[in-house]
Amino acid sequence: MIVSIEKCMHCGACVGSCPQNAIFLNEVVLQFNEKCNKCGRCVRLCPAGALTMEGKK
Amino acid sequence: MKPDYDIIVVGAGPAGSKTAKHAAMKGARVLMIEKRQEIGASLRCAEGVNKKGLAKAGVEIDRRWVSADIAGAKLVSPGGKVFRIDESQAGNEVGMVLERHLFDKAMAAEAARAGAEIWLKTSAVDVIKDGETVVGVKALREGEPLKLTAGCVVAADGFESQVARWAGIDTTLKTGDITTCYQYRMANLKTEPDYCEFIIGSVAPGGYIWVFPKGDDTANVGIGVLASKLKKPGEVKAYLDSWIKKDPRLSCGQPLEALAGGVSVSPPVEKSVMDGLVLVGDSARIIDPITGGGIANGLLAGKFAGEVLGDCFQANDFSEKAMMPYDKKWRDAMENRLWRNWMAKEKFLTLSDKTLDGVIETLSTAHVDKMSVHNILIAIKENHPELVKEFEDLI
Repeated sequence: MIVSIEKCMHCGACVGSCPQNAIFLNEVVLQFNEKCNKCGRCVRLCPAGALTMEGKK
Repeated sequence: MKPDYDIIVVGAGPAGSKTAKHAAMKGARVLMIEKRQEIGASLRCAEGVNKKGLAKAGVEIDRRWVSADIAGAKLVSPGGKVFRIDESQAGNEVGMVLERHLFDKAMAAEAARAGAEIWLKTSAVDVIKDGETVVGVKALREGEPLKLTAGCVVAADGFESQVARWAGIDTTLKTGDITTCYQYRMANLKTEPDYCEFIIGSVAPGGYIWVFPKGDDTANVGIGVLASKLKKPGEVKAYLDSWIKKDPRLSCGQPLEALAGGVSVSPPVEKSVMDGLVLVGDSARIIDPITGGGIANGLLAGKFAGEVLGDCFQANDFSEKAMMPYDKKWRDAMENRLWRNWMAKEKFLTLSDKTLDGVIETLSTAHVDKMSVHNILIAIKENHPELVKEFEDLI
């Protein structure tokens, strides 16, 4: 998953919505772990439009 | 072996601070960890709360954290019909808009005065388990990895709700039970300075647009859209921007702050207690599914949790069985209401703009003197019984 650090608002909406609990927000840094199965839920619901799936524009 | 702390609270929001305070008051050694460098900031909230909710949780009002007192509410339909609730006759039970950055610090300060220790810039990254029992947390304190043991861990980590899931309690939400939000603090507005406004319908699919006054010509202007209704990234902000542009009372305003967030609009968790762990506040999915409000419920659950954990500390027993009185207390206080409002939410999101216009129009002649979801549902039951027949027993 590609995180735009310019757009991310560190709100945690993706973290609490991730069905795999695969995202971690350490105050301002968003990290995805190996449990991410690229379901795309976070990409659609990110209020800041800060997430893109790898290999997509 | 004696644990490092009797109780470790993860997250210093209102629910965590309340839990920490009440447990510390009974003599427990309490540590509350907060991943951010400042409690109560940055903001993730529309800041509305009612005084009754604060009173129930034993919170005395301090003017320093009150941003604006509210005289009433306006529910606006897609076609511009207005249902106005005037609270001037409703005594002391009216609403207010907080300064969360001050309110959260005031709650944490009470925990500190009761004897709780607070660490900032400390993130929980996992729980430590011994068999099926939670016995502590793995944390990063300013980046340094630590293992902290505790008799009981309190998951007060908000919407993220990761601590519960690390421990094995499933708090995963369906997209139909998640609201994605975006909000501006705006100045130079021409909206009413003492009325909270809720704009419903397809302008905010499955949610609403809000205007919560913050004194003079400023307000929190925000939107929540149900995640299942979102099609493309960043859409929620686009919905809000397009409404602001269209509403002349808002389009003259300018933003002072922008924020985002996720809100659960689900039924509450099935399990809020396990050996060595309790869930409080947003992490237990006890936000009101109609309003998206979570402060009052979080405070009350935190108070109950702290009191029960204090007793458990004194009895030296943090088993699921010993902590069940907490589960029972919060369910008795709010579970029926949460289920009723969830069912109401499920029903209302099926209604067309035209139907909502009709509902608001008939309600506008109804007399409701206090802005609660319950009172509004009673008025709907009287005027549109077909809309609430699936859950009328709960009204």
